Amino acid sequence: MDKPFAITLDPGSSLANHTGSWRTFRPEYLDRLPPCNATCPAGENIQGWLFHAESGDYEAAWRSLTENNPLPAIMGRVCYHPCEGACNRQHVDSSVGINSIERFLGDEAIKRNWQFMKPATQSGKKVLVVGAGPSGLAAAYHLARLGHAVEIQEAGPYAGGMMRFGIPKYRLPREVIEAEVQRIVNLGVTLKLDAKVSSIEESMQAGKFDAAFLAVGAHIGKRAYIPAGTAAKMVDAISVLRSMEGEDKPMLGRRVVVYGGGNTAIDVARTVKRMGAEPIIVYRRTRDKAPAHDFEIEEALQEGVMVKWLSTIKQAEEGEITIEKMALDDKGFPQPTGEFETLAADSVVLALGQDVDLGLLEGVPGLEVKNGTVQVGPNMMTGHPGIFAGGDMVPSERTVTVAVGHGKKAARHIDAWLKGTTYAPPPKHELAGIEKLNTWYYSEAPHVVRPMLDILRRQSSFDEVVQGLDESNALFEARRCLSCGNCFECDNCYGVCPDNAVIKLGPGKRFKFNFDYCKGCGVCVAECPCGAIKMVAEEN
Amino acid sequence: MSFQPVKFYQTGTFTVGNRLLPPEERSVQSDSKRFNSINSGHRACQGCGEALGARYAIDAAMEAADGRIIAANATGCLEVFSTPYPETSWQIPWIHSLFGNTAAVATGIAAALKVKGKTGTRVVAQGGDGGTTDIGFGCLSGMFERNDDVLYICYDNGGYMNTGVQRSSATPAAARTSTTPAVGAEPGNVFGQGKFLPAIAMAHDIPYVATATVADLRDLEAKVTRAMEIRGARYIHILVPCPLGWGTASHDTIRMARLAKETGIFPVFEAEHGEIKSVLAIRRPLPVEDYLRPQKRYAHLFGKQPRIDVIAHLQAQADRNIRKYGLQARKGGH
Ligand SMILES: Cc1cc2nc3c(=O)[nH]c(=O)nc-3n(C[C@H](O)[C@H](O)[C@H](O)COP(=O)(O)OP(=O)(O)OC[C@H]3O[C@@H](n4cnc5c(N)ncnc54)[C@H](O)[C@@H]3O)c2cc1C
Ligand SMILES: Cc1ncc(C[n+]2csc(CCOP(=O)(O)OP(=O)(O)O)c2C)c(N)n1
Ligand code: SF4
Ligand code: SF4
Ligand SMILES: [Mg+2]
Repeated sequence: MDKPFAITLDPGSSLANHTGSWRTFRPEYLDRLPPCNATCPAGENIQGWLFHAESGDYEAAWRSLTENNPLPAIMGRVCYHPCEGACNRQHVDSSVGINSIERFLGDEAIKRNWQFMKPATQSGKKVLVVGAGPSGLAAAYHLARLGHAVEIQEAGPYAGGMMRFGIPKYRLPREVIEAEVQRIVNLGVTLKLDAKVSSIEESMQAGKFDAAFLAVGAHIGKRAYIPAGTAAKMVDAISVLRSMEGEDKPMLGRRVVVYGGGNTAIDVARTVKRMGAEPIIVYRRTRDKAPAHDFEIEEALQEGVMVKWLSTIKQAEEGEITIEKMALDDKGFPQPTGEFETLAADSVVLALGQDVDLGLLEGVPGLEVKNGTVQVGPNMMTGHPGIFAGGDMVPSERTVTVAVGHGKKAARHIDAWLKGTTYAPPPKHELAGIEKLNTWYYSEAPHVVRPMLDILRRQSSFDEVVQGLDESNALFEARRCLSCGNCFECDNCYGVCPDNAVIKLGPGKRFKFNFDYCKGCGVCVAECPCGAIKMVAEEN
Repeated sequence: MSFQPVKFYQTGTFTVGNRLLPPEERSVQSDSKRFNSINSGHRACQGCGEALGARYAIDAAMEAADGRIIAANATGCLEVFSTPYPETSWQIPWIHSLFGNTAAVATGIAAALKVKGKTGTRVVAQGGDGGTTDIGFGCLSGMFERNDDVLYICYDNGGYMNTGVQRSSATPAAARTSTTPAVGAEPGNVFGQGKFLPAIAMAHDIPYVATATVADLRDLEAKVTRAMEIRGARYIHILVPCPLGWGTASHDTIRMARLAKETGIFPVFEAEHGEIKSVLAIRRPLPVEDYLRPQKRYAHLFGKQPRIDVIAHLQAQADRNIRKYGLQARKGGH
């Protein structure tokens, strides 16, 4: 070829120069475990469903959420959201309002009548679920989706368990429970109400069930010994709350003393306040030592519930009680002071916790009961093969979310047990701690606060106290998510590489490295906002 | 409840792209079909800020000019690492000039295009800080003064990096270079010397002057785009950290540029006809120490006896920038 004067070589592209050979470290994409997901007792993939919500695809978000938890509208109201306590965004400004978005999705699903997909095939196996509380409902849902025939037998007249007979309406409207239960029934689950199981073995035989999941909760109110006159009125909190669901509302008088410092005490006090009474909580320790969540105490105080901290009931008579002042010792335990006081009281409601009614388990071989709860293995199976248990009746934290998590976990193990195999959960990804994130890239965005019902209606009606977010607020809140540890396609790696060594694969397909040219500088890793890339040493 | 703007996109425009933004609002660099004006296979160091800054700037210029750009390039790293004969990384018409005459070469190209009636093709000149602020300054000042239709881009890495990190008139005070060693009572580059070329460019009253860094891509792209809307002499000065010359980790290139801007060490602004039009405010204020400490060229300030006096002097320079350009952090970021 004829070349111009002094030119001896054809021009070539630098693509011939594979600078990837300089590399001593290589970047690798990975998914890390977001702290919210790691903390959710129901094992929700929160980051995953928020990802869909961020783009306004609420149905996809709801479908992703309900892979793990069939009760988002309930969750969005009563879950104590430990996820938000772990959320990385608290290190930037304040946590993402995961719970409020979950509620929005749950309500949206009810409004739009989204239903669950039925399984493609049936296994031919029958599973009995005892109790239609959150644990039983969750287990039934997951078992049905795995293709098993499920029947729930529930002692009470309604489904929901403690969500129905414990948690008051002003926190959880009944239509919400109805809608989410109905959707599980629509999936093909048989729900038998007013069907108390008195012997699990007999019921299993009678219905030819291949396995059973027990979730009977803890419903027997604990008693405390209080010297009381014959005319003193003493009732337990659970029966008060339960009677709110029936025709005959409890007759407690005007001055109602609630004894205890847990969430149940708060719920009872707020309930009787709404019925026109003057509740006063008596609790032996201080506010910060009370087992009730602080926000619940705060809401009760706002509504006019009175509290006597550091007090125990010594004596109950008709129309009045005697309380003794307590003082905390160096270990934080309350000690009597010998100082007494009388309080006018038409009735005393005991809210001192609940025990499990284990009647249906009588005579079942292999079963182990300790401290009033049924012992289960890591696979949620009791000592009796084929009988699994979860929720409040097994040793664990007693919350709706833990109960739902047990139901899911048990369903997976029951499924494996029915197939004669064992279920091994997939290995967990490494945690996406805040130190893995580059938070520079996230926009400033204050947390959206949920509106509250006005105080007058909170004192006089059972209308829902905490209101939901509207669409634009929910979208805003969803977009506050940092997408910890999981690529959200921000194009940073693609943009910041000085060597164009990142290939953009298109929407939903993420990126890959071109190792012919990647020099291993690590800029992409440092500038990935969410910590979805890491550097690893090259082998040679 | 207080008002919440709905138009909130998780990372807004801080990240290169954003799947939640409408396509027309996305950056040039986020496009899977971007020009890659400077292609892979170049021989810049790992994590080179200059290679990155050049792609950001020239891709944006290409986008603004519908792909019709001719570039003149001064000697320096950018030229050396991109074009070892017979290879080139450039995917645009590109001409290598001398170390000191790029502005003049670009002026000549612009004149030739005018004569040929091809004014749709635009001319960019580019060079390092040495080629721009030192040896090429005469040609550049002439280009400004004549208001020639050229966009001149200076990639400022604070020294003559290509020849082994010698001092330039853009080397910051106290920095160690091979010609300003960290010895004696006043180690490193002396205070009271050097120049800030963007201010001198402004003094020429040319239509457009801007500064930028590789840490704020959207700002950089907007400035190049704005410059391309204007005819006449335009000047953009981009801070491009150099891992080799600064003694920083290769992965810290963008972080260093961000720290330069956030501490006030490097003011980011734009000016038209000699007047400041906008500044990029500091978002998360930081002391200069945070910027100095990761750089080996300032290691002598953090020895057994830290040079608190020198650090304070550099802090005073940053504070002066913040005052002079109005860089104070504003509520709610920018
Ligand atoms: C007042 C109160 C408020 C609470 N508030 C919250 C809250 O805000 N957030 C939260 O996370 N948790 C809350 N909890 C705790 C939560 O309600 C429970 O942890 C949860 O409901 C336990 O679920 P479960 O499915 O194990 O049992 P349960 O919900 O108790 O359901 C058990 C079901 O089994 C039925 N059953 C019992 N025995 C039989 C039998 N022999 N045959 C057939 N059916 C039977 C029962 O009728 C019941 O429906 C609250 C608890 C109380 C008491
Ligand atoms: C007239 C002349 N003198 C000296 C040189 C040697 N030389 C080549 S590049 C360079 C320094 C370049 O510094 P700068 O312009 O800041 O670019 P950088 O390499 O830092 O990007 C020098 C001194 C030259 N090419 N021509
Ligand atoms: S920012 Fe998002 S992914 Fe990260 S912990 Fe919070 S909710 Fe989860
Ligand atoms: S010496 Fe600096 S400017 Fe030159 S190629 Fe290396 S990193 Fe880039
Ligand atoms: Mg230089």
